[in-house]
Amino acid sequence: MSRFSPANLRLAQEIIRRYPVAKSATIPLCHLAQEQDGYLADDSMAQIAELVGCSSAEVLGTASFYEMFKMHSVGKFCLGVCTNISCQLLGGEELLEHAEQTLGIRPGGTTADGLFTLEDVECIAACTEAPAVQVNYRYFHRLTPQDLDQLIEELRSGALDGVVPAHGTLGKVRQDLGEDRIANITPPEDQTEPVWLRRHRELAEAAAAADAGTPSAVGNDS
Amino acid sequence: MSEKPRKIEITDPVTITVDGREVTAQNGELLIDACERNDAYIPRFCYHPRMNPVGMCRMCLVEVDTGRGPALQPSCMIPVAAEMVVDTKNEQVSKAQDGILEFLLANHPLDCPVCDKGGECPLQDQTMAYGPGESRWVEEKRHYEKPIAISETVYLDRERCILCDRCTRFAKDVAGDPLIHFIDRGSNTEIATFPDEPFSSYFSGNTVQICPVGALTAKPYRFRARPWDLEEVESTCTGCSVGCRITVQSSRNQVLRFQGVDSDPVNWSWLCDKGRFGFEAINSEERLAEPLMLSSDGTLSPARWAEALNAAADAIRAADPTSVAVIGGAQLTNESQYAWAKFAKGIIGTDHVDAQLGDGLAAEVVLGLPGATIDQVCAPGSTVLYMGPDPKEELSVLYIRLKHAAQEDGVQIIELSPAASGLSPYASASLHYRPADLPKLVEALLAGELPDQGLPGIDAAEFTKASQALLAAEQNLHVVIGRANLAESADCVAVAASAVHQALPGATFLSGLRRANLRGALEAGLTPGMLPGRSSLAEHGQAWKELWGSVPSTAGMDTTQILQAAAASKIDVLILLGADPLADFADRSLARRGVAGARTVISLDRFLTASTRQADIVFPIAGFAECEGTHTNLEGRVTRLNQKVTPPGTARTDWMIAAELAALLGKDLGVERDAQELWDEFTAHSAVHAGVSSAALDHPDAADGLLLDLGPRPFVTPVAPHVAPQSSYSLRLIVNRTLYDQGTEIHHCDSSSGLAPAASVRLSPADATPLGAEDGTQVTVSSPQGSITAALVIDSGVPKGSAVLRHNLEGADPGLLIDSADVVCEIRVEVS
Ligand code: SF4
Ligand code: SF4
Ligand code: FES
Ligand code: FES
Repeated sequence: MSRFSPANLRLAQEIIRRYPVAKSATIPLCHLAQEQDGYLADDSMAQIAELVGCSSAEVLGTASFYEMFKMHSVGKFCLGVCTNISCQLLGGEELLEHAEQTLGIRPGGTTADGLFTLEDVECIAACTEAPAVQVNYRYFHRLTPQDLDQLIEELRSGALDGVVPAHGTLGKVRQDLGEDRIANITPPEDQTEPVWLRRHRELAEAAAAADAGTPSAVGNDS
Repeated sequence: MSEKPRKIEITDPVTITVDGREVTAQNGELLIDACERNDAYIPRFCYHPRMNPVGMCRMCLVEVDTGRGPALQPSCMIPVAAEMVVDTKNEQVSKAQDGILEFLLANHPLDCPVCDKGGECPLQDQTMAYGPGESRWVEEKRHYEKPIAISETVYLDRERCILCDRCTRFAKDVAGDPLIHFIDRGSNTEIATFPDEPFSSYFSGNTVQICPVGALTAKPYRFRARPWDLEEVESTCTGCSVGCRITVQSSRNQVLRFQGVDSDPVNWSWLCDKGRFGFEAINSEERLAEPLMLSSDGTLSPARWAEALNAAADAIRAADPTSVAVIGGAQLTNESQYAWAKFAKGIIGTDHVDAQLGDGLAAEVVLGLPGATIDQVCAPGSTVLYMGPDPKEELSVLYIRLKHAAQEDGVQIIELSPAASGLSPYASASLHYRPADLPKLVEALLAGELPDQGLPGIDAAEFTKASQALLAAEQNLHVVIGRANLAESADCVAVAASAVHQALPGATFLSGLRRANLRGALEAGLTPGMLPGRSSLAEHGQAWKELWGSVPSTAGMDTTQILQAAAASKIDVLILLGADPLADFADRSLARRGVAGARTVISLDRFLTASTRQADIVFPIAGFAECEGTHTNLEGRVTRLNQKVTPPGTARTDWMIAAELAALLGKDLGVERDAQELWDEFTAHSAVHAGVSSAALDHPDAADGLLLDLGPRPFVTPVAPHVAPQSSYSLRLIVNRTLYDQGTEIHHCDSSSGLAPAASVRLSPADATPLGAEDGTQVTVSSPQGSITAALVIDSGVPKGSAVLRHNLEGADPGLLIDSADVVCEIRVEVS
């Protein structure tokens, strides 16, 4: 039972080596398989199980917990329309209905040409930009039905090929991490201060200075 | 729920307050257990006392105050600490219980009238006891296809599942077969197998027993009975020698179910599926219900008891005692074993009596070495030298205990086996020796270094690890011995065990021989040269002669020798006590010639087997759950077997047949009413049985049975067998067993009979590649004795230079290759 291409199999083995426990590579390997095939095939899960030393049922159980792993083949573009509260209030449901009509499919369906899979999704954390849409997890904000039609047109024509990657690509597994870049290798004292922390510190300093009656400026470069 | 809290010894007592009472608990034990032990039962679904808690169902919420004010906490996840104040019954707790039950029932179909669990369902019971009594849920419930088969025997009804994680935890943590798993999430979460990979675990039936709802049901019991129609008695499973405690449940004189009982020293409530569903054989249509005799037309025909008994007595009377032989008896109760030992040795006067069929170990080894219990083997701090059969296949619940010991209690297992086994993943070192090399390997391990030229297949680094662990173990070394390879002489493991015994005298031994009451048979003297109570004929003959009136003058033959003598027409009467040498004796050719060569074959059996079909007289016998008696497991633990149903037709218990035959021979076996008289006579005259008298067994503290005296007898070192140098036959044969095979019991269990795997020849990749063969290629295996053909399976668990065949599977019989005179069996494998 083999599904990974020879190159991906090598990459898979390389990914496994990054972890002290092989089983920890389960999710990265699921991403890799999805990147290769656009979805997670049964064969892939069985092969991943073999590679990381667990049962196929364990891989299925892990992968099926996550919405973003697809267990069936999907279109080239997964179009997710948010219908959660903010988006709903600002026309998300109408947008979904419009998408159904334009594409001629119901949520969960794939167009006959294999280009689009439509999804009705919960909050995708872009509430300030409602109604929000994702195409292969790339965001498109504040869309009107006309914007949506245009987006679909551009996707179809290939105009967005450089912007929207193929389904399944999440980038992370592709990272080629050098020894020095493995997470948490930098001791805390050597880490640069995160922006938000500096901002808090500066605000606190400003407040303290104001209390003391000394004028002070808050950094405005953040 | 039916599970009882684990018995614990309180070594670190703390005082806590439960519902206003001050009680003592063990520091760190789970609150749910401490409360239950102190009469404050907390309802629960997901918690099981033999599994790690997960806090999944929240039914066990109680109010706990550790000094920071009371808060609802899941008591199955909270370790007891001093001065905890716990309220298990107040208003907050009841409200939480109401809420949890309302949630659990929101999607539950409430199809109790058609649910097998109805009447013994924790969800039903706890809803009645703690639930709100009504639901506010008016929406549609979720729907799934009603039961789907997740294996040959287990069905899953996902609508009823409350997602407690018991079955999945069991599969992964207890059985080590994570073939079922939660999939999806939220309200769509369900239990599932991987497509086309069923839940074919040897232990799947346990999930049915522990599922707190009717989501998991087992085919052999589905829709057969309602719990309130069942009657039950406790007994001991006789599927193998582990001796798991069970309840035998019946309705209208028919056994319908076995359930595991939590016996702390043995099975912890778990059973294997072969044992659990083995009850089906009791009800088989093919049970023998009346005696059979060979009629003039050469067929076996029904006969009356008097006729058959007279014919048998006549044959025995006409024969010289030394030409009468008895094979088998390992499935009998202790009482029947004693009766047959007394009848054969004291009344007929023959010592050609052997309960083993060349597939065990000499009685001197099993009874002579200092004994270990399962608990000692598995205790934290123990080191186990494992030289037995694959425990997952042959002694399944012992495998569960060993796995737990290794994974949870840090027990180090050093496995020495001819090929990888179900235990290998849990062993801290696993060495796979070439058949017949075990004595050399053990000697090297004890010496701490490999011979200069090494040993075939033994990895130096793994060897060092094993040797260091072995030598560091000292007083905590426990050795499990048995027959990992039926094609190799039993002397190999005997010599290895003896070497350990001499080098490390503190080591104790557990014999992993598979047949259910084999230990009992050896203790009762159903073995050549021995008399009951571990006494040898040569030394203690006089004492038993005083009781029995006579004992044989010289030590007799074992099964191999009996069959050889029979083949040479020197056996006039061959009595088979539930034994089927034609299927079970490793050397098929000798078994055939032996059974055919005996003048009169008398068989006592529950079924017509290959061997009973060759018999002249067949007596139908009462089997498990059909007679009273006692049983001795592999440790030497004696438990009661109880009768629940009546045997089919006129079948009788084995001891009754011995008593009747004795009477016809003009002798008195000394039993008038029941088996207990035999047990009383036996235990009164055997020093090692002094502690297991009927009265002692009936004591309430003896619920888990009583151990025989496990002290050693003088142990005679066996002589190392001479192995001829490897011939042109280039591979060595390993024959081992699978849990499911063509055995008589399994064959008569409807739900298990199809589970035996197909016969195969397993080779390492290194030996398969030069043949140019792949998985499934038909290959021919030949030895000087004969040849067989089967499909090849390339198995990286088989070492280079060996080939594995399974005992008693349909399609290829390794018995055709084996010559019982050889220490190892050398073979050649070619593509057919
Ligand atoms: S099937 Fe039964 S044991 Fe398994 S999770 Fe569901 S309710 Fe629990
Ligand atoms: S392990 Fe043996 S004694 Fe226990 S249930 Fe299985 S067959 Fe019966
Ligand atoms: S509600 Fe649509 S992105 Fe949050
Ligand atoms: S029994 Fe404690 S959470 Fe289920």
